[in-house]
Amino acid sequence: MFGKLSWSAIPLDQPIPLITSVVLILTILGVLGLVTAKGWWPYLWREWITSVDHKRIGIMYCLLGSVMLIRGFADAIMMRSQQALAINAPGYLPPEHYNQIFSAHGTIMIFFAAMPLVIGLMNFVTPLQLGVRDVAFPTLNSVSFWLTASGALLVNVSLFIGEFARTGWLPYPPLSEATYSPGVGVDYYLWAVQISGVGTLMTGINFVTTVLKMRCPGMTYLRMPMFCWTVLAASLLIVAVFPILTATLAMLSLDRYFGFHYFTNTAGGNPMMFVNLIWAWGHPEVYILVLPAFGIFSEIFSTFSGKPLFGYRSMVAATLFICIVAMMVWLHHFFTMGAGAAVNTAFGISTSIIAVGTGVKIYNWIFTMYGGRVRFSVPMLWSLGFIFTFVIGGMTGVLLAVPPADFLVHNSMFLVAHFHNVIVGGVVFGLFAGIDYWFPKAFGFRLHEGWGKAAFWFALVGFWVTFAPLYILGLQGMTRRLQHVNIEEWRPLLDLSLVGVGILIVGAVCQVVMLVVSILRRDELRDVTGDPWDGRSLEWATPSPAPFFNFAVMPNVQGEEAYWDIKLRAVESQQLSPEPRYEPIEMPVNSPVGFYTAFFATVTGFALIWQIWWLAGLGLAAAFAGFVVFAWRDVHEFHVPAEEVARVDRARRSAREALLERLGQQGAAT
Amino acid sequence: MSDLGLPAAVETLRRVREDPHRLGHRGHGPDSPVEGAGHGATGPARKRIVVGYGFWIFLLSDIVMFACFFAAFAVLRGATAGGPTPRDVVELPRVGLETAALLLSSYTCGLSFAATNARSLLWTQVFLLVTGLLGLAFVGLELQEFISLAARGITPQRSAFLTGFFGLVGLHGLHVTVAGMWLATMMAQVQVKGFRREIVHRLICFNLFWHALDIVWIGIFTIVYLMGVTP
Repeated sequence: MFGKLSWSAIPLDQPIPLITSVVLILTILGVLGLVTAKGWWPYLWREWITSVDHKRIGIMYCLLGSVMLIRGFADAIMMRSQQALAINAPGYLPPEHYNQIFSAHGTIMIFFAAMPLVIGLMNFVTPLQLGVRDVAFPTLNSVSFWLTASGALLVNVSLFIGEFARTGWLPYPPLSEATYSPGVGVDYYLWAVQISGVGTLMTGINFVTTVLKMRCPGMTYLRMPMFCWTVLAASLLIVAVFPILTATLAMLSLDRYFGFHYFTNTAGGNPMMFVNLIWAWGHPEVYILVLPAFGIFSEIFSTFSGKPLFGYRSMVAATLFICIVAMMVWLHHFFTMGAGAAVNTAFGISTSIIAVGTGVKIYNWIFTMYGGRVRFSVPMLWSLGFIFTFVIGGMTGVLLAVPPADFLVHNSMFLVAHFHNVIVGGVVFGLFAGIDYWFPKAFGFRLHEGWGKAAFWFALVGFWVTFAPLYILGLQGMTRRLQHVNIEEWRPLLDLSLVGVGILIVGAVCQVVMLVVSILRRDELRDVTGDPWDGRSLEWATPSPAPFFNFAVMPNVQGEEAYWDIKLRAVESQQLSPEPRYEPIEMPVNSPVGFYTAFFATVTGFALIWQIWWLAGLGLAAAFAGFVVFAWRDVHEFHVPAEEVARVDRARRSAREALLERLGQQGAAT
Repeated sequence: MSDLGLPAAVETLRRVREDPHRLGHRGHGPDSPVEGAGHGATGPARKRIVVGYGFWIFLLSDIVMFACFFAAFAVLRGATAGGPTPRDVVELPRVGLETAALLLSSYTCGLSFAATNARSLLWTQVFLLVTGLLGLAFVGLELQEFISLAARGITPQRSAFLTGFFGLVGLHGLHVTVAGMWLATMMAQVQVKGFRREIVHRLICFNLFWHALDIVWIGIFTIVYLMGVTP
C-alpha cells in the first residue's frame, strides 16, 4: 500500500536530524498558525501564491533562495566543525550522516539557493529594464517558481522522512546505482532535482523569448542594459543544457527503478557516460549562475561610478563568447578519467581560453571606475570585493585547467577552495550586491547602510579566513569529503578555517539584522523618488515600489542608457516631458495553475521516491485533469482603467518634479 | 479546401491571415521593421509571435534531450554483453509500417492546419482525427514490437545496448502518446470554443510539436533501425 514507506523511515534514533526536523516543523506550523490566526490567507492567496506578476514571483524566488541559503550554510557549519573535531577522533557526525550533509550542502546551494536567487533577480529586473509590463509567459513563470519550490520541499522532507543521498551533489554511478545505494536517498535527489529542473527549463524558455521578443519601442539589441544581455546568455544556456540534466537523471532513474544498464558496471553499462553527460550540463550551469551576476556588477559599476559602462560592445561580445565556450570545457572536471593526452590538452586549452572573456569583463569594470566619481555604497563594496576575490579564484581555476597540475590536486581541498572562491566570490557576492541595489525598487525603502557594510566586511574577511587554509590543505594532499582526518599537522589550518566560518556566521547575522533594522526604520529609509542610486536604466524610471503594470505608458527609447537620457533631458530643460494620454492597460489575470501543478508534482515525486505507484498514477492523472481545466479558462486578461493608470502615474510625476527641483537647486549651488 | 482560382483579393487576405507579420518574406534589418514582429525598434511582438517563438525554443530544448538519448544509444550500441545484437532486434517490415503511419500523420496534421486557416471546423476536426488515429496506429505497432521482443527475452535489462535501444525508442513513443492526449484535448477545445485566438495559438504549437516528433523519428529510423541492419 505505501511502497517502501514505513515508520522506520523517521530517524528516531538519530538525534541531530530528529531535533532539526522537529524544530523546523514547529517553526513551519508556527508560521502557518500565525498566518491563519491573523487571517492573511486570502491576501497571500490573491496577491502572492496565484500572482503572475514577474516582480512578485521574483521576490518569492529570492525568499526561497535566502531560506535555502541558510539551510545550506547550516550544513557547511556542520562540515567544517566536524572536520576540525575529527582529527584522530570520531567527531560528532557518523559517516553515513556526514555523507548526507555534504551531498545536501552542494545540492541545496546550487539548485535551491543560488539558482532561485539568480532567477529571482532575473524575474524582478528584466522586464523593468526592457521597458515592458511582464515576461513573455506570465502564467508559465508562476509554474516555474512553484516547481522549484516543490523540489526544495522534497529535499527538506528527506531530513525527516527517510534519508538524503550519500553520493555527493552529483550522484556518480556506480555508487548511485540501486546495487550500492539501495535506500531512498538518491531517489530524493533525483526527483527533487528533476522537478525543479523542469521549472528552470521553463524559466529559460520564458526569458529567451522575453528578451528577444518583448522589448519596448526603441530598445534595440545594442541599447539593452548589460544585465539583460547576461540574462539572455544565461537563458540560452539553460535551454541548451537543462534538457541534458533531465535526460541524464531520467537515465539514472531508469537504471535504479527498472534495472536498465545506462551507467551500471555490469552488462555493458558505462558509468563514465554519466560523468560526461552530467558535466556537459554542470559546467554551463556554473555560467548560468555567474553570467547574471556579471550583469549585476556591470549595472552597479556604471551606476556608482556615474559613468556609462566602459566597452559596452566588448562586454556583449565577451558575454556571448562565454556563453558558447561554456559548452566546450566540461571534460576539465575529470581530466583523470584517462581520455588521453590529446583530449585533455584540447579541453585544457578551451578552459584557459574562457578566462579571456572573463578577463575582458574585469578590465572593463576597472576602466568603468577609472575617472568616475565612485560612491562606496554597499552594492559597490560587494562589487569591489568581487573583483578582488574572483580574480584569485579565476587564477586558481586556470591553474586547475592545466592537466598535469590538475592530476596533483584533483578532488582535493584545493579544488573545494577554488570553486567556493568563484561561486561565493562571484555569484553570492553578486546576489548580495543585486539584492541591496534593487531592494528599494521592490519594497520602496533602502536597506540599512551601516549593517550592510558590516555584513560585507565580515563576509569578505570570513570567506578568506575559511578558504585560504583549504587551498593550503589541498596542496598538502588533503582530499575532499573526509569524515575524519588522521594527520595531526593539519589541525591548525582546519581550526583556522573553522574560525573563518565563525566570522561568516557574524556576517550572516549582520544580514538578518540589516533586514530587521531596515524594516523597523523604513520611514527614514524611504525612497520617495524611485531613483535612489542615480540610476541609468529604465527600472529607475518607475516609482518605488513599482506599480504592478510597471509603466503607465510604454517608454520610447532614444539611445543607450535609456533612463539616463530621459533624466538629462529633464534636468536640462528643467521640466518633465509633457503628460501623455493615458490609455487602459491589459494585464494577465492571476492563476492558481502554478501552485496546483507544484502540489501534484510534490505528491507524485514523493510517491515515486517511496514507490507508492497508485499515488504516483493518481498524481499524474490529477495533473493532467488540472491542465485541461485550466486550459478551458476563457478570460486571460483584465483591463486597468485609464483613470487608475493616470492616478498612479501622476503621483510618480509629482515625485519626479520634486526631485528635479532639488537637482536644479543643487546645480545652481555648484 | 480548394482555393484554386480564387480572386486575388481573397488570396491576399488568406496570406495575411496565415502570415500577418510577413515572417520569412523580408530582411531582419532595421530598414523594414514590421509592427508586432518583435524586431528592432517596433516594441513587443504580438501574442501569436511570442507564443510560436517560445514554443520553437521549447522544441529546441526537447531536441537536445533526444540528442542525449541518441548519444547514449551510440555509446552503448556495441555493448551487447553477449546478448542480442542490433540485427536481432530490427524487424524492418513493421518499422516500415510505423514510419509510413507517422509520416502520413504529419501530412494530415498539415492539412488540419490548412483547414484551421480556412476556419473550417469540420475539416480541422476530420484531419485532426485522422492524425490521431495514425498516431495511435504508430504507438500500437511500437507496443506490439516491444511485446514481441520481450517475449523473446529481449528486454532493456538484458544489456546496455538494449537499454539504449528501448530508452531512445521508448522516449519517442512516450512523446507521441503525450502528443496524442494533447491532440484529443485540442479537438475537444476546438469543438466547444471554436477558433478563438488562444485556441489557434495552441493549434500552431501542437502542429509544431507533431512535426518535430516526426523529424526525430526519421533520426531514429535511420540510426537505430536502418543502420542496425546494414553491416
